[in-house]
Amino acid sequence: MANMLANIFGSSPVRPLEKHIDVAFRCAKKLRPFVAAAIEKDHKRMAEVRGQIEALEHEADNMKKEIRLHMPKSLFMPVPREDLLELLLVQDKIANRTKDVSGVIMGRKMTIPEPIAEKFLEFVDSNIDAAKQARKSVRELDELFTAGFRGAEVDLVTELIEELDQIETKTDEQQTKIRSALFEIEKTLDPIDAIFLYEVIALTGEIADMAERVGRRLELLLSH
Amino acid sequence: MDAQLVYIGLAAAFGLFMAWGIGANDVANAMATSVGSKALTIKQAILVAAIFEFAGAVLAGGEVTSTIRKGIVDADLLIGMDDGPRLLIYGMLAALLAAGTWLLIASRNGWPVSTTHSIVGAIVGFAAVGIGVDAVQWGKVGTIVMSWVVSPVTSGFIAYLIYRSVQKLILSQDDPLAKAKRYVPVYIFLAAFTITLVTILKGLSHVGLTISVRDSYILAIAIAVAIALLGSFFISRIEADPKAEKKQHFVTVERVFGILMVVTACGMAFAHGSNDVANAIGPLAAVVSIATSGEIGAKAALPIWVLALGGGGIVIGLATFGRHVIATVGKKITQLTPSRGFAAELAAATTIVIASGTGIPISTTHTLVGAVLGVGMARGIEAIDLRVVARILVSWVVTIPAGAVLAIIFFFLFKTVLP
Repeated sequence: MANMLANIFGSSPVRPLEKHIDVAFRCAKKLRPFVAAAIEKDHKRMAEVRGQIEALEHEADNMKKEIRLHMPKSLFMPVPREDLLELLLVQDKIANRTKDVSGVIMGRKMTIPEPIAEKFLEFVDSNIDAAKQARKSVRELDELFTAGFRGAEVDLVTELIEELDQIETKTDEQQTKIRSALFEIEKTLDPIDAIFLYEVIALTGEIADMAERVGRRLELLLSH
Repeated sequence: MDAQLVYIGLAAAFGLFMAWGIGANDVANAMATSVGSKALTIKQAILVAAIFEFAGAVLAGGEVTSTIRKGIVDADLLIGMDDGPRLLIYGMLAALLAAGTWLLIASRNGWPVSTTHSIVGAIVGFAAVGIGVDAVQWGKVGTIVMSWVVSPVTSGFIAYLIYRSVQKLILSQDDPLAKAKRYVPVYIFLAAFTITLVTILKGLSHVGLTISVRDSYILAIAIAVAIALLGSFFISRIEADPKAEKKQHFVTVERVFGILMVVTACGMAFAHGSNDVANAIGPLAAVVSIATSGEIGAKAALPIWVLALGGGGIVIGLATFGRHVIATVGKKITQLTPSRGFAAELAAATTIVIASGTGIPISTTHTLVGAVLGVGMARGIEAIDLRVVARILVSWVVTIPAGAVLAIIFFFLFKTVLP
């Protein structure tokens, strides 16, 4: 039986958005064991982790579609629907980039040269940190809605986003260092492998970029 | 057998049917807010509803009952007619059966309708067509219809103000829990004070008690302070759960609001009883009064069994059918956490009780919907589906002619069949 009181509540996108970034983060986190396996040339382990990454990316994708489906234009929300959809999109890209990185490494059977291996692993970790911080920020979404996007909760989220920006800046610095380290040894590598190593570094850095964009989107919500 | 007894028997049966329908649907809506926010369990909600619906009907329901009974149909015109009393009895019977039937059809099909709109539409219908256009007190009907627009807007505005104050005083603060513990008793006081005051000022004269205005205020303040103190006691026993807090900073704050919501749930049930029980017992009271005295407009007090039948019917409806409605609705409105739900309930209850005091029948559910929208305007609700709000507006318009047409059919049927 339809009931007018019950039905005036549309399905809230808030919890689903929080769940979505959780999956996206868990996907990004898998990059650490994947890259570690690549450094050790453990192909079996690589394939295994790659499978997990794909599954998580797929899950995030399905959640994204589901959330969109439940956000018709007739919803009246405290923040513009478009901003929430944009937030969802950049959240999803965290998982997408993770899949891209692992895809390139896997597809080209790449190995990470020993001289840059340690730096690269640290770089991956920082990118995962950025994704984690993005998750922490998005998890405040329901509190933001409760507080009506006002007061102490806004300050809290602003702080979280500032921390996120700092992590992203750190990944940028690491990226520059890795590039110059790679430049030092690139003559010793197969040229095509070298080109793709640059590509992998750039793609990995985009995880933190996307995390930072999650922060930007949240900031937009705060400014309404 | 006396025609009298037939009339009273039929009116009692139809009135019970109508009361049952109100309990199954309307009351369930009023209570679902509290169940949805987990302030009350379903069993507790039914208990609260049973007690306070009854209290509301008896203590503050007199004005609306009198409006339904003699405010819509022009009694003076009927007194001048030979078969006036009989026509009015047929009409009130038809109105009850029509409104009850329409409620049944509508809830079967999932259409959102209001009991108040159905019964007023039905009474206007039989009076205008069955007796004559002049038999309707159009001025009064106009006021009632206006109030159907004004009441959701008013309650929405009050809900907006209340929720904004909650945001400002509690939710947007650094230490929302400490602030909640400080201010929630004040809200409890306000809720209890408003409802008690209106009841004392407007309602008690119907049960034969007269209290001066000054004493009314003093009494209302005393009762409200007592309730607020009781609330403070329960609030002081709430302790923060750091584990749950980490996941959601407002868990404990919401538990404090949960106490407040128990109070507003009582207020809501009381308000509903004071306004909507009249939909069932108003026509019944009219039939009983005419059938026993043989004339229209006899000064007779409302027999207590009529009230009991209305209250009882509602409780039965709630216990048999309403509990399912409460469960389904409660599950669907989880967005209405105690801090938001109380604002909506308090605003709706205040609006309804004031309307009851003035004798205007309004729709509880529409008033509550207005209040929810008000909280939404204060950026309190995550998502409201405006399509459904539009659909409610449509059913608002459709219900009146539907109730009227059914009442006209039943009226002519009774006129031919009944003695």
